[in-house]
Amino acid sequence: MKTIFKSLLALTIVSTVLSSCGNGGDKGKQGALSSSAAEKVYVAPGEHDEFYAFVSGGFSGQLAVYGLPSGRLFKVIPVFSVDAEKAYGFNEETKPMLNTSHGFIPWDDSHHPDISQTAGELDGRWVFINGNNTPRIAKIDLTTFETTEIIEIPNSAGNHSSSFVTENTEYVVAGTRFSVPYPQRDMPIKEYKGNFKGALTFISVDPEDGAMDIKFQIMMPGFNYDLSHPGRGKSHGWFFFTTYNTEEANSLLEVNASQNDKDFIAAINWKKIEEYVNNGGGTKAPTNYAHNVYSDETHSATSTMKKEILIVNPSDVPGAIYFLPTPKSPHGCDVDPTGEYIIGNGKLAAELTAHSFTKMLAAIEGKKFDGEAYGIPILKYEEILGGSVKQPGLGPLHTEFDGKGYAYTTFFISSEVVKWKLGTWEVIDRKPTYYSVGHLMIPGGNSRKPFGKYVLAMNKITKDRYLPTGPEVTQSAQLYDITGEKMELLLDFPTIGEPHYAAGIPAELIKERSKKIYKLEENKHKYVTKSEADGKVVRTGNEVHIYMTMIRSHFSPDNIEGVQVGDKVYFHVTNLEQDYDVPHGISMIGANTSELLIMPGQTETFVWEPNQVGVWPFYCTDFCSALHQEMQGYVRVSPKGSTVPITYTLDGDPIGGE
Amino acid sequence: MIIGSLLLLGLFIFPLWNITLEAPQYPIPLGMDIHINKFVDTHEFDIKNINLMNHYVGMQYIPETIPEFKIFPWAIGIMVVLGVIIGFLGNYKLFLVWFVIMTLLGVAGMYDFYLWEYDYGHNLSAKAIMNFKNPDGTVMGFQPPLFGSKDILNFKAHSYPRLGAYFMFLGMFLTFMAFFVGKKEAKSK
Repeated sequence: MKTIFKSLLALTIVSTVLSSCGNGGDKGKQGALSSSAAEKVYVAPGEHDEFYAFVSGGFSGQLAVYGLPSGRLFKVIPVFSVDAEKAYGFNEETKPMLNTSHGFIPWDDSHHPDISQTAGELDGRWVFINGNNTPRIAKIDLTTFETTEIIEIPNSAGNHSSSFVTENTEYVVAGTRFSVPYPQRDMPIKEYKGNFKGALTFISVDPEDGAMDIKFQIMMPGFNYDLSHPGRGKSHGWFFFTTYNTEEANSLLEVNASQNDKDFIAAINWKKIEEYVNNGGGTKAPTNYAHNVYSDETHSATSTMKKEILIVNPSDVPGAIYFLPTPKSPHGCDVDPTGEYIIGNGKLAAELTAHSFTKMLAAIEGKKFDGEAYGIPILKYEEILGGSVKQPGLGPLHTEFDGKGYAYTTFFISSEVVKWKLGTWEVIDRKPTYYSVGHLMIPGGNSRKPFGKYVLAMNKITKDRYLPTGPEVTQSAQLYDITGEKMELLLDFPTIGEPHYAAGIPAELIKERSKKIYKLEENKHKYVTKSEADGKVVRTGNEVHIYMTMIRSHFSPDNIEGVQVGDKVYFHVTNLEQDYDVPHGISMIGANTSELLIMPGQTETFVWEPNQVGVWPFYCTDFCSALHQEMQGYVRVSPKGSTVPITYTLDGDPIGGE
Repeated sequence: MIIGSLLLLGLFIFPLWNITLEAPQYPIPLGMDIHINKFVDTHEFDIKNINLMNHYVGMQYIPETIPEFKIFPWAIGIMVVLGVIIGFLGNYKLFLVWFVIMTLLGVAGMYDFYLWEYDYGHNLSAKAIMNFKNPDGTVMGFQPPLFGSKDILNFKAHSYPRLGAYFMFLGMFLTFMAFFVGKKEAKSK
């Protein structure tokens, strides 16, 4: 009995020790896990991030540049909205960038950045992004991280299935979400059906300098073309667009555009249409749209109105366009790295649809049609279906790929990212997002070569996730490690505007080419002043042009007299610095515009229309040096008709040969 | 001897000396290579930026050119020709003469460099933006080191010979060796 008691006691002790060991072990593991998440996103001071992430600013109209995995914001590139900080849309040089057929527009809604590709892989030369509201496509040069070209898209509205590039950046593609009358005219809205058209625009990109030009526009039936992606690899030469509102409703779309069991993915054989067009096909039609180009040599933009466009009618190019039935109001349209699967993210559907490109070609070959819509053959759903992910979640929106055979899909309603396997269609893992995720991004995740280390999920709603800031709270992005079987949430960070899509790329593909300065000797600005001796002030009528220079730590000239009330005074200011990270700013009291922020070697211009007599100071706005506070000057404003002559000096001496 | 003096030709291609300035704000240091006939930026615009830095303490701009740039190439050129001729003549005593002349020229060159550096570092503008005093109350100079490294305010200045100078040293060393070898051969005859 005693022995039994003893052994029982011993057992109890052993099990207590064991269980406490187990507890201790669990705690240790938790600690290790959370510290490893911190370590994974920690980029030590002075170190660089592994990836650039270009995250759309949504209704801010801009494009934000973050580092991953740290989530640090480096720059907000002004694209479609004015930016007083950088004088974008305020200085004379960039105002033409925001010109459209509707005049100067200071804002847009930027959505889907996409990085240029060569042979299906990211090449890091440019990033393109679409303006949704007044349809435009912008190109950002990744040597300067500045917007250098914006092309307006005519006959389009709600430019949403944009701006995605083909495998060799042959085209950047823009599709209309809202169909509109073509040509635009005064007509009853209820006569939508059959009269409204959906334009899909193919913009060619010059392989050398990236110059954009609308090559052709396909005039499709009046559906809503929601998102798109190019074929790649085996499906290179095709482009796929999701559609909704195949009902062609024109009011209460939330109900009336949700009636059809299946909408379509439009499959466009653009190579075939390109060939047709190159052989003289298509119809030249009158139009009016703006093409705005910024030059790094003149540091100025020009805006040209284009008057003609080439329209392609689908029925004129038989065999080039097919409809793939897809349940139900599909949103994202994503093509896997091999080019075999076209994923239709049916946002109201119970399952995720993957069409097979191989089967699609066979169905076309075998004429497995299920009727047609406006003369475009509809392929039989069962014939083209590659597979479907059953019960994956609620409200699928977008899918990206890791290049290892897995796909990651966002679910807006169930607020999660779901990892699943291509081919077997099984769900591998699911992780919540906070909250209501829209797009997601894997660097290169929509190319032949994804860099499947992280996925960035972009959320529409954050509610309680951060310190509250009144009724308007931030949107956010969340970073997950996807190197393991299960995803691991590492970080969430606030974003500017509303992050729609993003494009990520390994930093080493870009950073060595990032420009440090503009060379002064290459400056071809019309009003450049290349040395202090060349500074001057010239009056022509009531216009006064000031040719000014800036260098640490003074303006030249910095005392100007002879300006009169009612004059239009142009400050053409050149930064003579040729050193990295030494911009200077300038602002003038009472000027109805923004500051200028001028990079080394650059010239910019602001206009000041003085309306009060006096002596008015201007100063440098960017803390440039130890004597930044001394970097200032004065302009004397005399009454209109005054006899005070124009003079301009530095340190009491006239400038140049005056 | 011939090879030794021909090595001096390296000075026409490679820089003789280099001055490099490091500072917290210059993770990529500013630098200037001194050739026998010109100043050259280590990175484009470095000299312009050194001048911009130096104007705060009233230092003069580094000139586009200096009179020495006209003299040095001739001096080196003559020494090369002389060396080759002496080499063909084969008189080992002349080898030593050449070596001594070359050494004197080198010392003169360094002294000249020192004088220029001294003036550059001490002849400051009366309207200098910032004036610094040494602990003993004298005006602080900003003379870069003749050889080695030195802290000057927020900068760390490095001054070291470059490839051209190494060619010259090697050439002089070979000449010197040639003297001994020549002497030995003369004796053994």
